[in-house]
Amino acid sequence: MEIDEERTTSQLDLARRLVAHLEAGDEAAANEIIRELRNPFERELFDDLGKLTRDLHEALNSFRGDSRLVELTRDDIPDAKERLNYVVSMTEQATHRTLNALDEGIPLLESLHDRSAELTERWTRFRKRELSVEEFREFATELDAFFVASGEETERVKTLMSEIMMAQDFQDLTGQIIRRVIRLVQEVEENLVGLIRLSSSRMEPSKAAKPVEEPAVDEEIKGHGPIVPNTQDASADVVSGQDDVDALLSSLGF
Amino acid sequence: MDKGMKILIVDDFSTMRRIIKNLLRELGFNNTNEADDGSTALPMLKNGGFDFLVTDWNMPNMEGIELLKAVRADPMLKSLPVLMVTAEAKRDQIVEAAQAGVNGYIVKPFTAETLKEKIDKIFERLEAQ
Repeated sequence: MEIDEERTTSQLDLARRLVAHLEAGDEAAANEIIRELRNPFERELFDDLGKLTRDLHEALNSFRGDSRLVELTRDDIPDAKERLNYVVSMTEQATHRTLNALDEGIPLLESLHDRSAELTERWTRFRKRELSVEEFREFATELDAFFVASGEETERVKTLMSEIMMAQDFQDLTGQIIRRVIRLVQEVEENLVGLIRLSSSRMEPSKAAKPVEEPAVDEEIKGHGPIVPNTQDASADVVSGQDDVDALLSSLGF
Repeated sequence: MDKGMKILIVDDFSTMRRIIKNLLRELGFNNTNEADDGSTALPMLKNGGFDFLVTDWNMPNMEGIELLKAVRADPMLKSLPVLMVTAEAKRDQIVEAAQAGVNGYIVKPFTAETLKEKIDKIFERLEAQ
């Protein structure tokens, strides 16, 4: 209050002197007083402008300093697209593998079913003593052949069923890859929220999502999931398959 | 090798647990139990009775490598045979598992033959000791 009063008094004093100078026709002295009157307002403006500039500078610096965001856009997001494409091709492969096995298995089962139905019919006629000796001889030969074939064909169907089962391993492998992409999306979200907080002081800091503190685990040892071609994974020193694993382990004395 | 041995299958994906369980059944092993990560597996193992552990690596809470280390550090469990079945394919990781005392390492995707071969090898070695 006191400062405001002081300021009003000094402004009144200046105004009176300005009127006096203007009436006296002393233009230079009048201009000097106008400048003096303007001074405090200009200082306030410059202070505000200075503060704004500093805030902007800091915001830009922390944006630039957040190299994780740069890394995310440069490496991880293109990789994520590649990972998801890989998931599409893996699920496609697994589906073809399953359908191929079914394409082979279903006709085998149909034919087995038809032949056994036909033989059952003749067996019934035989039990009713309706078969001639000649017909029975033929029937017996066919039964012999059927026993052998059905053994082989059911074995083949069993193999195809195993093939179908093994094809389902895609769910685990693609699941691991998708979970990795979900973690990335989460990280991008957290970084974007951070960026919005930086550029808007009005946002409640308490409402912004805090990055989840993960327990420190040695990155080398932590599980990554399957290696996806054409991503950063490919730059790591990885084995190409089970033979490679076996060779590495045997070099370690296994 | 005792076909009646009690086996624990640890994987966070129930589909993979079913596949491994089925493959083991085909090989004649019917006494299997399941756990979805290391932190549920370890108390089961400590309760005793398991003869063989088949574990994934990449799992939430407690990963397979930590489970392996915990098993080797436990006086009751330290000689339990452990087979890793995992998609982790970095050489450093395989070396890490070997140093931690894994008995076998299978990289996913794998075949039924590979599983049989590795299990046979593990028990052949143990019986030769």
